[in-house]
Amino acid sequence: MKFGVVVFPGSNCDHDAYHVISKVLGQPVDFIWHQQTTLGEYDAVILPGGFSYGDYLRAGALARFSPIMGAVREFAARGGFVLGICNGFQILCESGLLPGALMRNRGRRFLCQFVHVRVEATDTPFTHLYREGQVLLLPIAHGEGNYYCDPETLAELRRERRIVFRYCDADGKVTETANPNGSLDNIAGICNRERNVLGMMPHPERASEEILGSSDGRLLFHSLALILAAMARG
Amino acid sequence: MKATVHVTLKRSVLDPQGQAIHHAIRTLGYEGIREIRQGKYFEIELEETISPEHARALLERLARDVLANPVLEEYRVEILAREEEQ
Repeated sequence: MKFGVVVFPGSNCDHDAYHVISKVLGQPVDFIWHQQTTLGEYDAVILPGGFSYGDYLRAGALARFSPIMGAVREFAARGGFVLGICNGFQILCESGLLPGALMRNRGRRFLCQFVHVRVEATDTPFTHLYREGQVLLLPIAHGEGNYYCDPETLAELRRERRIVFRYCDADGKVTETANPNGSLDNIAGICNRERNVLGMMPHPERASEEILGSSDGRLLFHSLALILAAMARG
Repeated sequence: MKATVHVTLKRSVLDPQGQAIHHAIRTLGYEGIREIRQGKYFEIELEETISPEHARALLERLARDVLANPVLEEYRVEILAREEEQ
């Protein structure tokens, strides 16, 4: 089992992701420089948070043209697991690997705080160890996390149960006041139709150890590791 | 040959930056302004060898694929006639 963390110029959560995979999960992991055109033998690839290319043009818009993204696209098409966190989610949307877009927060401010999110779908390789409806405490840190898509896409996401995380209150109620950034339908994370690509604005890698205030994100990485171990055994 | 591309949010998409500017200028005392929507503007200089027809197709593609995100934004390409290039 091997994880890769893509490093774009301006990534700043790459070390956090690397740390969680290597130290918390205890699995081998490499940094992958964005100039590489091939991926090598990885089982899961993480697009980390940060400000790739300084968020020039639009958040994630220029990273999508990085040489590595062609390989990430092929990897995803082959069924490889791809996790985009924060800026990684923005890159996945800009790349068309996930539908919709992430706009400026409704309140205009950069938000750096803990939020509650509810696990809406557990039939993904990233969330199968969670309970459906489980409320997680995870940090967000973004200026552009306001998820938007057209009504047809939203209907499709709902129908195919691809909304994986939604902002909620501490009791798990999905309310307007619990929506930090104005995201459509309180969407905090979605997956693709094949369920092997997940994008999410909250940072599970920054909440995988108690000392950081929450370890609710850890099960996401354990979910991935468990499924990869099962696949390796055949 | 020069060209410009304007990229603006679709009418259906909320523009918090435009709203903030509108709010701020109202408090500054500007009156008679109903709405402000913020967009992006690109000035593009093309190689002399390129024909206007080709330039149009090229810039439409550039605007659609790169400069604008069609999920949220619209764009308008304008090619400036040579005599305007002062």
